[in-house]
Amino acid sequence: MIPLVPDIAHFLAGLLVLLSFVQLYQSRLPPLISIFAAQSLALATFVAWQAQIQHAPHLVITAGITLIFKVMIIPLALHGLIRSLKIHRTVETVVGIGPAMMTGMALVGLSMALMMRTSAAVDVVVREDIAFALSVVLLGLLMMVTRRNAVSQAIGFMSLENGLVLAGTGAKGMPLVVEISVAFSVLIAFIVVGIFIFRIRERFDTVDIAVLDRFRGERP
Amino acid sequence: MNMLLSPAADMLLIPIAAAALLAAIPFYRLSAWINVLASLATFVAALALLVWPTVPTGHLIQVDDLNIVFLLLNALIGFTASLFGKSYLAHELETGRLLPAHLRFYHAVYQILMCMMNLALLTSVAGLMWVAIEIATLATVLMVGIYRTHEALEAAWKYFILGSVGIALALFGTILVYLAAQASVGAGLAAMSWSTLTSHAAHFDPAMLNIAFVFLLLGYGTKAGLVPLHAWLPDAHAEGPTPVSAILSGLLLNLAIYAILRFKIVLTASHATIAAGPMMMTLGLVSVLVAALMLYRRRDIKRFFAYSSIEHIGIIAFAFGLGGPLANFAGLLHMTMHSLTKSGIFFTVGHIVSIKHTQKIAHIGGLTISHPRLGWLFVACIAAIAGLPPFGVFTSEFLVVSSAFMQNPLLAAVLVIGLLISLGALFLRLNDIAFGEPKGSLTPNKMSYFPELVHLALVLAAGIFIPSQLASWFQHAAKLLG
Amino acid sequence: MLVMQIAQTVLAVAVAPLLTGMVRKVKARLQYRTGPSVFQPYRDLSRLFTKETVVAHNASWLFCAAPTFVFAATWVAAAQVPTISFDVALSPAAELIALFGILTSARFALALAGLDIGTSFGGIGSSREVMIASIAEPAILMLIFVLALVAGSTRLTDIAFFVASPSVGLRISLLLAFVGLAMIAIAESGRIPVDNPATHLELTMVHEAMVLEYSGRHLALIELAAALKLLFYVSLISAVFVPWGIAPSGGTFVQYIIAMTLYLFKLAVAAATLAFFEISIAKMRVFRVPHFIGAALMLVLLAALLRLVSQSF
Repeated sequence: MIPLVPDIAHFLAGLLVLLSFVQLYQSRLPPLISIFAAQSLALATFVAWQAQIQHAPHLVITAGITLIFKVMIIPLALHGLIRSLKIHRTVETVVGIGPAMMTGMALVGLSMALMMRTSAAVDVVVREDIAFALSVVLLGLLMMVTRRNAVSQAIGFMSLENGLVLAGTGAKGMPLVVEISVAFSVLIAFIVVGIFIFRIRERFDTVDIAVLDRFRGERP
Repeated sequence: MNMLLSPAADMLLIPIAAAALLAAIPFYRLSAWINVLASLATFVAALALLVWPTVPTGHLIQVDDLNIVFLLLNALIGFTASLFGKSYLAHELETGRLLPAHLRFYHAVYQILMCMMNLALLTSVAGLMWVAIEIATLATVLMVGIYRTHEALEAAWKYFILGSVGIALALFGTILVYLAAQASVGAGLAAMSWSTLTSHAAHFDPAMLNIAFVFLLLGYGTKAGLVPLHAWLPDAHAEGPTPVSAILSGLLLNLAIYAILRFKIVLTASHATIAAGPMMMTLGLVSVLVAALMLYRRRDIKRFFAYSSIEHIGIIAFAFGLGGPLANFAGLLHMTMHSLTKSGIFFTVGHIVSIKHTQKIAHIGGLTISHPRLGWLFVACIAAIAGLPPFGVFTSEFLVVSSAFMQNPLLAAVLVIGLLISLGALFLRLNDIAFGEPKGSLTPNKMSYFPELVHLALVLAAGIFIPSQLASWFQHAAKLLG
Repeated sequence: MLVMQIAQTVLAVAVAPLLTGMVRKVKARLQYRTGPSVFQPYRDLSRLFTKETVVAHNASWLFCAAPTFVFAATWVAAAQVPTISFDVALSPAAELIALFGILTSARFALALAGLDIGTSFGGIGSSREVMIASIAEPAILMLIFVLALVAGSTRLTDIAFFVASPSVGLRISLLLAFVGLAMIAIAESGRIPVDNPATHLELTMVHEAMVLEYSGRHLALIELAAALKLLFYVSLISAVFVPWGIAPSGGTFVQYIIAMTLYLFKLAVAAATLAFFEISIAKMRVFRVPHFIGAALMLVLLAALLRLVSQSF
């Protein structure tokens, strides 16, 4: 089954995009966390598969980190977190699933259009994997922008990071992938610990600094 | 043994060893001294780098004309900021805003930050630079949130989230650059090192490089605080300890600019790509104008100077975007001058705030009467940052504007308008703070003015006379930028 | 082959109530109930057929004709899906567009019948049904488009044959289409979370509201049609996405037996999956339904987009 070899990688990359869309659609927190875990599982499988077909045993470490950290520890921690913050029943008033999904579609279209314009010198399959990775990154960003809850923003960031790992491992022979994924895991651990310690329920408005200025007494 | 003798390696080894030591030592007076000494040793190593720019074997670090400017500036301000931090934090300890345990943490993280900034500047590998900048960001987040007040935590969190997104985008850009390089250079570490990237850039896929640069500019531009990606910057400056504000403005913003410049060099080496310059120029000009207008509405002294930093980073980005030997020279000079002046200003502001126990401009006044030395020092600082002669900022701003007039008079006019608007705001606030009836607490200042005097002296010296060696050195670096 | 066509047609109407029964049974077991036997729908149907049929005074001929038409149309559609053999007499006619057209006409008739008597429930049911249809149909058309792009034909037997061939590989557009079709199927066959066939709650019911006035023989036909519709979607999904085991043209008797067993097995798996899905999810409020189907539309649109961009998706 030789033709299936790149297909499986491709399929898993596409699965990540699909799960990003499901995250965008899901407005309740517990299922959102589970979907994130599923996405990370797909990513771990993808990385392990890349380790196999690129003959790069060090990628197994990245796969292992993803599996242990993002499929098991982080989702469990987040489930505990939302229960202790008593936000596990909240249904987010999302900007509107319709517009969000539409924007998501446009972003996927954009990343495809961008990547398809790059030259054929790069392997076609790799290029399309990168296009998928870009889609996951942009969808993660979209999620961070549309959600008001700190936990779902963190999930948005982590799914963005999944896209980055997808890109990094999809690029053949990329050096420092393991180091980068470790550095990113530290970042994510910080976010989760930050939410937990500081009991951040709502996001701090990252776009509208006018609100903060008023809060700071900068406005009379 | 050979590796220990290399000044480049020492610039990494001294801070990391100091960080380990500082984390282990519970006595805060001793650790403050160790912090200063370690920073001084790093500075000495940086000076030694000028004499022996040798690099240990292996290809992970490199020293060239460009990064040595940044390294020297980094080590110098790292040293003065540690000196200032020693007296400032002792004062914070007295007033009870910080505990000894916080200080131990602060000193260790300070050295980690220094190490990571040096690593980001020294490394020859794009991926390693990214990792270093990421850890440096984490370190500054921890330092910004050290007061544990609601506002400080909020500022730290905002900085963290925005910085993380920026960093994530930058990583994606880095991966794309690798992909573009991998097709012609082949897989492995070579496809990420600056020298290979620059020498082979002509064979890279231009479309891929274009997309990559957009991501890199957005990502590292967030770290540099370019408008509209600047939301984190004023809060982080205002709520963190003052030495950290000085480091943020004086060094971390430069680091982000350095990262953008490195990739810009790669992009210019490939002829088929879009010009990176206009994008940087647009972001730079927008930053100058927006920050200049925002200055009028600031009522918090540290936030005020944070916006001033945005403005100057805008000028620097504009100068580098303009390109050409003169503009690059001007950009480098302005970056150096701004780093020195702005960190000096934050030191001075630190004195003012610790005397007056407030950051509200409305509660500070008549400094030249109540504290003549501090007041006139502050006046000199404002004059320097406003770009008045004979200070060095005047020289660099003059060069930026004149090179802009040579290449594009219309944009130069916009830049001048932005500079004049900010000038008005600076003098308005200067009038409130330095002159008139003294307001607030009148306790004398016990801290030393040495750090900011060093900075001001350097800026003044650069304004009066630039040694020909220094000029040729900057010209080399400018040439590297294309 | 005419024989196979007849066999498939009979099989459809014979196993449709069984599928409904299996879903109910599995659901009951998952909720720690014993539940009625899987053959209970047959008993219900036979009981309804023997009961008196009551028709409202102001009912027009449409009201009486609709059940028969709905049943016939759904049966025709369900019988066309290749379940045990690729080579059936009507396979050239098994165009996806035609099949969905037939189903839509059945829906049209039922919506009219719901309005015919003039009760408020019938009106609510019809309006909700039409609202769902107005979003589901673009999604279905887009789905047909994707399948046609992948397989190069809109004929169901061709698509199934293409997917069964080894050359197709793993296709992300097929995955997206699969998820989209599953969501459409849930919405169209009136299952949780879009509609609940087991309750008569005025706030939420859609299909049950339309058919509230029916009784006896009419109701039996409508119930059977509903079961056939569920069977249609399950068979469609299994024919398009898991076509393995369907006997090729000129198959031997053993192959038909295997195909038949596999088909029943697929039905059982589908019933279990559907039941599990239904107990793990809550019924949606009616105004959220457009989001659900909208999401399906987006997924299928995405599949089309990817497929248009590159052949390897």
